[in-house]
Amino acid sequence: MDWTALRLSALLGLCTLAILLPVAVWLGRSLALRRFPGRAVVEAAVALPLVLPPTVIGFYLLVAFGGRSPLGQGWQAVFGHGLAFSFEGLLLASVLVNLPFAVQPVQNAFAAVPKELREAGAVSGMSPWSVLLRVELPLAWPGIATAAVLSFAHTLGEFGVVLMVGGSIPGETRTVAIAIYDRVQAFDEGAAAAMSAVLLGVSMVALGLTSILSRRVGRRTVDA
Amino acid sequence: MPDGSAVATTAKPGLTVRLRAAGPIPLDLDLACAPGEVLALVGPSGAGKSTALRCLAGLHRPETGRVICNDAVWLDTGTGVDLPPHRRAVGMVFQDYALFPHMTALGNVAAAMGHLPRGRRHDRARELLTLVRLSGLEERRPAEMSGGQQQRVAVARALARDPAVLLLDEPFSAVDRATRRQLQEELAALRRVLSIPVLLVTHDLEEAAALGDRICVLHHGRGLQTAPAAELLARPVSAEVARLLDLRNIFRGKVERHDPTSGVTLLRWGERTVRAEHAPAFAPGETVDWLVAGAAVIPHPQDLSTACKGENSVVGQVSALVGLGGAMRVTLKITSPEGGTLSFDMPLHAARTAGLVVDKKFAVALLRDGIHLMRQIPTS
Repeated sequence: MDWTALRLSALLGLCTLAILLPVAVWLGRSLALRRFPGRAVVEAAVALPLVLPPTVIGFYLLVAFGGRSPLGQGWQAVFGHGLAFSFEGLLLASVLVNLPFAVQPVQNAFAAVPKELREAGAVSGMSPWSVLLRVELPLAWPGIATAAVLSFAHTLGEFGVVLMVGGSIPGETRTVAIAIYDRVQAFDEGAAAAMSAVLLGVSMVALGLTSILSRRVGRRTVDA
Repeated sequence: MPDGSAVATTAKPGLTVRLRAAGPIPLDLDLACAPGEVLALVGPSGAGKSTALRCLAGLHRPETGRVICNDAVWLDTGTGVDLPPHRRAVGMVFQDYALFPHMTALGNVAAAMGHLPRGRRHDRARELLTLVRLSGLEERRPAEMSGGQQQRVAVARALARDPAVLLLDEPFSAVDRATRRQLQEELAALRRVLSIPVLLVTHDLEEAAALGDRICVLHHGRGLQTAPAAELLARPVSAEVARLLDLRNIFRGKVERHDPTSGVTLLRWGERTVRAEHAPAFAPGETVDWLVAGAAVIPHPQDLSTACKGENSVVGQVSALVGLGGAMRVTLKITSPEGGTLSFDMPLHAARTAGLVVDKKFAVALLRDGIHLMRQIPTS
């Protein structure tokens, strides 16, 4: 069992959530409630990681992180090391790849909050911010929690993109999914089996939670 | 200055509203509602009643308009003032109540008390729930309450922010008949302790007449007439208003001449001359719509041959009889070239004595003071 890889994966998952969730709440809510030009394009772009092969995503990210791109050069100038094959690069990739898993449940949850409730909040004297915190989020939280669970589980399991942009540097970019692959390559089936079992367990728990939460979303809105 | 709004040039207590919009929802409406007054907006569905209310709350923006409440300007498209809903001191009851499903009754009411210090909110919310007769149900969630109870929570929540205006959007439409009557009585009692303008949107004229001090009739977003119910029913300004109020016996005629000495205006109606109350506002030769109130249609005591010589007597053939409790609604097809039908109620026993049956010929007289003339409004 590669504990370093497991710890790295968990860290990557948590950091991904910390960045991804606020972005997903903002983006999902905007997509659910606002009509703006280019909305369909944004929706398509968010869903793109679902259909693109991870190697394709990884390739483009690698190009974007590289020394010849403005992003890669800027990062190098500020932090003194490249974005590719680093934990930060892996984190950024993870956030992007997980967008559809986070945005879509959030979007559905906000779309299910009746418009009248937001209006009722406003005519009750609540500022838009207060309506968000006291009316929308309490009603949409099962969707947000679903987004968190799905993204976390998916981050642990991501393989192709991680291999492309992160390589397999122990303690820096070697996540548990990569470690399993390495162990199999080295004919260390015992370690591969143990780590696979951990991922299987986490995925089962995640899906169980998701199904419980999605039922809650339904119940909340029917009450309204 | 509360909410940083500008001072109105003409500070008049209460609410003054002017709304204009070409589409998609047309509006052409001027309203004024004094503190303590209940103004009912009535009209068929799609008349723009709810949209007008939403303009006041700040949930909808008209093309041009002004909304002034006491000394605060909430909306003035001329100067670009448009306060968001949370900065307008309105309380609003939604048609489906829109209670927050994740909060208790107490929580719903307290949620609208952002202006009070945190420690005072629950006590005040309890007071309001007691006012709407819901004490004991503070901890219930909306899903655990009946429709009538939910409506009361919605009323308490609307009052919770100490609004300067109370807006009620079809507040009784989602409950059964018995509950509706009870809630209406409670609102009638509640309004006596309120000293703010109350706007009630309803499609039910009886409800508007029972609860409103004045009624504004809306159609296609246009305010056609605003008046107390009795005046509205007796003297609608146009045939359009009369039809919206479900008044019958509307005809078209031409002013023949005035006879001020006998207090009569003579009206040409087909081949007949109808004698109406003196109405000097209408010029001789002018084509007018006129109506006669059902109560002013009197069964003629004499037989048919002499009846024809009496004032405003009309002979017709009974085309329908509908029993309504103690009264009989009679529809009479007028048997002369001008045609049309007259509708009026008769006590059941009188109808029986007169031997009324369908197809029977029957004479009635139109009482002069029940005849009301209406100017024709050119249709654009």
